[in-house]
Amino acid sequence: MKATKFIKPKAIKELYHNYCPGCGHGIVHRLVAEVVDELNIRDKTIGIAPVGCAVFAYDYWNFDVSEAPHGRPPAVATGVKRVLPDRIVFTYQGDGDLAAIGTAEIIHAANRSENITVIFVNNTVYGMTSGQMAPTTILGQKTLTTPYGREIYKDGYPLKVCELLSVIEGTKYLARGAVTNPKNVALTKSYIKKAFVNQIENKGFSLVEILSMCPSGLHKSPVESIEWIENELVKYFPLGVIKDV
Amino acid sequence: MSKKYILKIDSEHCKGCELCIVNCPKRVLKLSENINKLGYRYVEIVDISRCTGCGRCYLMCPDYLIEIYEEELK
Repeated sequence: MKATKFIKPKAIKELYHNYCPGCGHGIVHRLVAEVVDELNIRDKTIGIAPVGCAVFAYDYWNFDVSEAPHGRPPAVATGVKRVLPDRIVFTYQGDGDLAAIGTAEIIHAANRSENITVIFVNNTVYGMTSGQMAPTTILGQKTLTTPYGREIYKDGYPLKVCELLSVIEGTKYLARGAVTNPKNVALTKSYIKKAFVNQIENKGFSLVEILSMCPSGLHKSPVESIEWIENELVKYFPLGVIKDV
Repeated sequence: MSKKYILKIDSEHCKGCELCIVNCPKRVLKLSENINKLGYRYVEIVDISRCTGCGRCYLMCPDYLIEIYEEELK
């Protein structure tokens, strides 16, 4: 007798993605697909893909996905959710997309408490354009545009998106996970599931931030970038549920 | 009644990131000496009898190339 134990979710297409070796996007794509399968909402889910490496997400997920200009997925999701309130709408954004060019959109979508789910993949660099400084780059971190490390007087402080949004009354669920080891992956999946369940129960705006590795942008090997996230990055971006109302 | 696990790895699309290897508690996997058609050294099985079916390799594979099946031995 042969029984399946761990198999690829149905919400992932039979197509191989083009991310770099060890990229965290693949794991996050699979977690979203697993949650969509478990909640049995594949026929009424609409994803909004960002600009960045995940721009081809519509090729990888087996449900409807729309595309939005730089930083505007929360605005597009607002429109989709208001026109089709029975659909489950989520946005998938990176840190250059959500925390830099799309800061206005995310703050106002949160302030209006739009009933959407936001998956925010934070890898602290602009991965697609080969690793320039992002708003979430931590102090002292070397990138292409901060070759001597990020400095306060020149580049300012890293932006903590979850903490920033936690003071807004419209946000109903904020959590920060990571995809650096099997335990964190399982925890992150539970956060994503809770964010989707909140939307099904019409609670309001939910956001899950995920610390992810970008070996090409960080100029480290996949295993080294995981060690760097677990040793350095989680000191500045503590993991866990930040707000749950 | 013991259980046996079958690990199905799509090595032709493996990018050799080693995340499954470092997270395997029983050291079932290793990086091959050969190169696949993408140009990467791919993951291969050393000893499947050590596999406990915990699924950590499945959880960590960014390319969802690993599938685990379980078989009951009589």
